[in-house]
Amino acid sequence: MDSTIIIEKSVIILVVFAITMVMAMYSTLAERKVAAWLQDRIGPNRAGKGGILQPLADGLKLFSKEEFEPDTKNRFLFFVGPAIAMSTALMTSAVIPWGDKFHLFGRDIILQATDIDVALLYVIGVMSVGVYGIMIGGWASNNKFSLMGAVRAASQMISYEVAMGLSIIALLMMTGTLSLREIAAQQPGMHWNVFYQPLSFFIFLICAFAETNRTPFDLAECESELIGGYHTEYSSMKMGFYLFAEYANMFISSTIIAVLFFGAYNYPGMEYAVEHWGVNIANVIGIAVLFAKICFFIFFYMWVRWTIPRFRYDQLMHLGWRVLIPLSIVNIIITGIVILRDQIAIYFGF
Amino acid sequence: MSIEAISLSGRKKQVSNKEMSFLERMYIVAIVKGLMITIKHLFTRKVTIQYPEQVREMSPVYRGQHMLKRDEQGRENCTACGLCALSCPAEAITMKAAERTKEEKHLYREEKYASIYEINMLRCIFCGLCEEACPKDAIYLTTSKVLVPSSYEREDFIFGKDKLVMPLDIAMKNAQLKNAN
Repeated sequence: MDSTIIIEKSVIILVVFAITMVMAMYSTLAERKVAAWLQDRIGPNRAGKGGILQPLADGLKLFSKEEFEPDTKNRFLFFVGPAIAMSTALMTSAVIPWGDKFHLFGRDIILQATDIDVALLYVIGVMSVGVYGIMIGGWASNNKFSLMGAVRAASQMISYEVAMGLSIIALLMMTGTLSLREIAAQQPGMHWNVFYQPLSFFIFLICAFAETNRTPFDLAECESELIGGYHTEYSSMKMGFYLFAEYANMFISSTIIAVLFFGAYNYPGMEYAVEHWGVNIANVIGIAVLFAKICFFIFFYMWVRWTIPRFRYDQLMHLGWRVLIPLSIVNIIITGIVILRDQIAIYFGF
Repeated sequence: MSIEAISLSGRKKQVSNKEMSFLERMYIVAIVKGLMITIKHLFTRKVTIQYPEQVREMSPVYRGQHMLKRDEQGRENCTACGLCALSCPAEAITMKAAERTKEEKHLYREEKYASIYEINMLRCIFCGLCEEACPKDAIYLTTSKVLVPSSYEREDFIFGKDKLVMPLDIAMKNAQLKNAN
């Protein structure tokens, strides 16, 4: 491996890391702004112009808070919890294709930290490890509200992971690859997967809400019942890490939805742009399009949060096990029939 | 008779406990409807008043802090009859009457005046009944937007004559305005 690749990848990793952080930071502001707008208010607008410095002020406040520790035997786990939540939230961004190839300095630069063949498996794996952050934090807090939140989070994650995986299988039967780069490349123009797999998208969307612990599935930290759920005992920047991880997760899962179902960086007229304006400009537009899609889904998360009330626990389990899983299995069967329709026709002699 | 017909407000509705149909149990339609409602609010006018820069408009019948008036010659109107204290539902007003001496003729209009006049601002409910009861037009609730300032001591909320009586220069100005008209 020559040194230019190392430099190139390090730059991409740094940029992706920074963008994820900034997006998570400004999601907190966006959340408050959207909440305010949907409730006919204005929202935070005192820090900086239109509240643009609000996330910095929030961060500064969290840093200056007292570092509180409950009297717990699991002091190590208490520290590890937020770290796991944060690192798993950031790790997922490694395999996401942020754009097509750039052609700079006489070489092709792929806008992806690493293009592994099993990217989608990696994403699902890392995302489910994220529950350990919540689980460990809730357990180590030595508090029954925290433990309750952690148990809820864990059972919710396990239930919805199954439906999520099954819904993706239908998609994979269509694409035939686990690499996110290839899945993105298979959706040129407006040939987005959502038009071919609407049911799969629908199930995936619901599961993504559950996986990121967002309303209507925010039972893990429901303020009205469990104080703060798993982060009740946390304060200062450890608390900040949990909150931050939640927003980073939201960003990443919006990105995954955009890449899997909404054509990633593809947009209608991309070939025209490549022919007439060159690869690089077409690519810059592609990145902008991808971020527009991501921002829409982040907005959608917030929009839903201020529309639907929280599910009851048994409703949540009912929806997961008795509705979404059978539905995704039916989806797999339908997809299979459509793919093998020629063979089936021959077999039955139509 | 149906419940809508006997309802006075016309808003009463018959509730039913019937089983939901399959489509209703999916909640999808209901959720989409809800999303449409919330997105509408994104574009409505915001009700927030940006307080220090913008101040909410006061009602025309707004009643602010009390003031003991002076007449055109700067004499206090109050004659310490005690009707205001009597009418006060919160029992916030106390006063002590005194007899006017010859040298004080330029200070008080009537022969009797209030040597002590106190309103407990923690009790006062700003109902304005004192103003209605006063036969001498002495006490008024102004439209002043200054509210009672906060303090650590209870004594600070008992406003005496030093805070209640109209300043002399304002009384003079009022008299000039009246003459000009």
